[in-house]
Amino acid sequence: MIRRSLFAVLAGLVLTGGIVTSLAGVAAQDATPAAEPFKVGFVYVGPVGDLGWTYAHDQGRLALEEGFPGIETGFQENVPENPADAERVIRQFAQDGFDVIFTTSFGYMDPTINVAQDFPDTTFIHISGFKTADNVGTGFGKIEEPRFVSGQVAGAMTETNQIGYVAAFPIPEVIRGINAFTLGVREVNPEATVQVVWTNTWFDPAKERAAAEALLDGGADVIAQHQDTAGPQQAAEDRGLYSVGYNADMASLAPDAVLTSAIWNWGPFYSDVVQQVMDGAWESSQYWGSWQDGVVDMAPVAEFVPEEIRAAAAEEVARFKSGEETIYTIFTGPLLDQSGEERVAAGQAMTDEELLSMDWFVEGVDGDIPT
Amino acid sequence: MSNRLTGSPAHRLRLERVPSPSRGATALVTVLSFALALLAGGIVLALAGENPIAVYLAMVKGAFGDRNGVAEVLVKTTPLLLTGLGVAVAFRMQLWNIGAEGQLYWGAIFATGVGLFVLPAAPGWVLVPAMIAAGLLGGGLWGLIPGALRAWFGASEIITSLMLNYVAILFSEYLVHGPWRDPGAFGFPGTPPLPAAGWLPNLGTTRIHLGLLFGLIAALLLWIMLRRTRWGYEIGVMGENPRAALYAGMPTKRTILLVMALSGALAGLAGMSEVAGIGHQLQRNLSPGYGYAAIIVAWLGRLHPFGAVLVAFLLAALTVGGDQLQMNLGLPAAIAPMLQGAILFFLLGGEVLTRYRLTRVIG
Repeated sequence: MIRRSLFAVLAGLVLTGGIVTSLAGVAAQDATPAAEPFKVGFVYVGPVGDLGWTYAHDQGRLALEEGFPGIETGFQENVPENPADAERVIRQFAQDGFDVIFTTSFGYMDPTINVAQDFPDTTFIHISGFKTADNVGTGFGKIEEPRFVSGQVAGAMTETNQIGYVAAFPIPEVIRGINAFTLGVREVNPEATVQVVWTNTWFDPAKERAAAEALLDGGADVIAQHQDTAGPQQAAEDRGLYSVGYNADMASLAPDAVLTSAIWNWGPFYSDVVQQVMDGAWESSQYWGSWQDGVVDMAPVAEFVPEEIRAAAAEEVARFKSGEETIYTIFTGPLLDQSGEERVAAGQAMTDEELLSMDWFVEGVDGDIPT
Repeated sequence: MSNRLTGSPAHRLRLERVPSPSRGATALVTVLSFALALLAGGIVLALAGENPIAVYLAMVKGAFGDRNGVAEVLVKTTPLLLTGLGVAVAFRMQLWNIGAEGQLYWGAIFATGVGLFVLPAAPGWVLVPAMIAAGLLGGGLWGLIPGALRAWFGASEIITSLMLNYVAILFSEYLVHGPWRDPGAFGFPGTPPLPAAGWLPNLGTTRIHLGLLFGLIAALLLWIMLRRTRWGYEIGVMGENPRAALYAGMPTKRTILLVMALSGALAGLAGMSEVAGIGHQLQRNLSPGYGYAAIIVAWLGRLHPFGAVLVAFLLAALTVGGDQLQMNLGLPAAIAPMLQGAILFFLLGGEVLTRYRLTRVIG
């Protein structure tokens, strides 16, 4: 009986498949080859509505559409950071004739490199990674600069002198962010410490919220974060405490909690890349833009923050925007690690290489880097 | 023989098993279910302002329109097929192994362990067979646990195999975050790459790898086993009528253990072929739920090995074709899984209607 019904299923599926395929054949004949527009593809790790990381990239995509009316853009949300799915999606974009493909999460690094080998005429930009090829460049920004200033605001606002930090993965990008934030906190408030909890997620609102609640239970009264969701912000909002947003201005999601947010502004970078590729002038490089370049920024400090703190922050923002201060001035010695040992001598600035492979916490961070 | 699914006296409706559905009726219902699914999906697409026919054509074109599409469909078929076969063989004996996901992870863990730590310098002709054996063993042992609990203690394998999935996935996460983490990856979770000798060869420049052949061979062997061997016959009898099997003196406990081990081993092979054929390392999110999709593969394939081949291929095509919806048509990402869900819903619903008929009970 099983065999018989199986045969029937087979026959049915083959039949339906046959009909659909022949329809496709007809459609393919109808299609006339027209001049292909310039196409730009985006691979996203989360949904565009996350009001976080992916939202910020999608704002960049929309800025492209506005700046280059002739181009077409496409994107795929929620692409898992596993080789099976990520590589398939990236490959599909390349196969479909996309000219520039932005892959916007760290875990897409190897899949991007793999696909790029097979599509030498396509330009790939991997966000936040470190591997390049002739047709693969990287792009990132010095988000540590606004993180540092947001740390100063947090340090001025905390009453318990405990600030919680919901951290994503223990990779240099995240560690650097925690360190820059902590240096900002301690510059205005040497008594305060920053407590770190790892979630090993980029996008898991429930888990990230739970981590924030654990930190708040432990006595923290300001929450900062690295993930792509507003879960930690809402945890702070519900407790009537403060938070520092990341990726996009999160004030609309937790209006009474968010002091400010360190934010991304991808439009200018994306536009530069697309313009260069169109002109045939693009060459593989590792772009690491600063606040002065405009790829990172800080959202306005909330109105409920006392006037003198807001004024101090505004002055600091101006110094970064003018280039007077940079990530290198933040990471200038003397810098001590958690054990009090001096890691960077007085007056010495850390190099790009040291920053990009940072694997230690500065003094004032309360937490471990899993090894 | 009747099977009361709706027993409330107020309704007096019941599903009655059709003794032997006709071939024609089954085919008709399958085609109709598929058409209904497309129609239902089409309504949603039309509400979203899209031309349903154009969307469906784009999906077919995405899956079969070029060499890359077809190759990616076959890449996706591989783990669905192997896990689906494993689930099917257990379901044949009415052993409800929901643990293919965890068994897949253990196969991947064992195979990675062999590649990275046991035989890192071995040549390919040693390493690949060793990793295959390790994958089978890892999955098989993990399948044996719920098998043993069922055979000796009568514990429901549905619950135990399901719960063990979480244990397996969390253990794998522990390894890639902790002791097995690649020191060169700047703290990002994932093991170092496997030695290249252990990578499964690819077909040409596509990502199709030897794992597909494993799946097809496994389907053939299972088919022969179920049809031609005494053991295959016993599995069928024990599933359909355990009491008769008992009277006939069939070794039920031993068969439960063997079937669960075989079921797990096939899922383990899926895990091995995902790390050795695709990722070349063990990492987080190894499986986006192949072990659960395997239940659909087994069930829609009527627990027949060749049915599993067909359904695994179809599901893979739905996934690959579904990529087109957002990528090129700009539809919300949720539409693809929604369409997939609608198709599965109608196919499974149609299946019930071919096997059972609804009757009104008088009095």
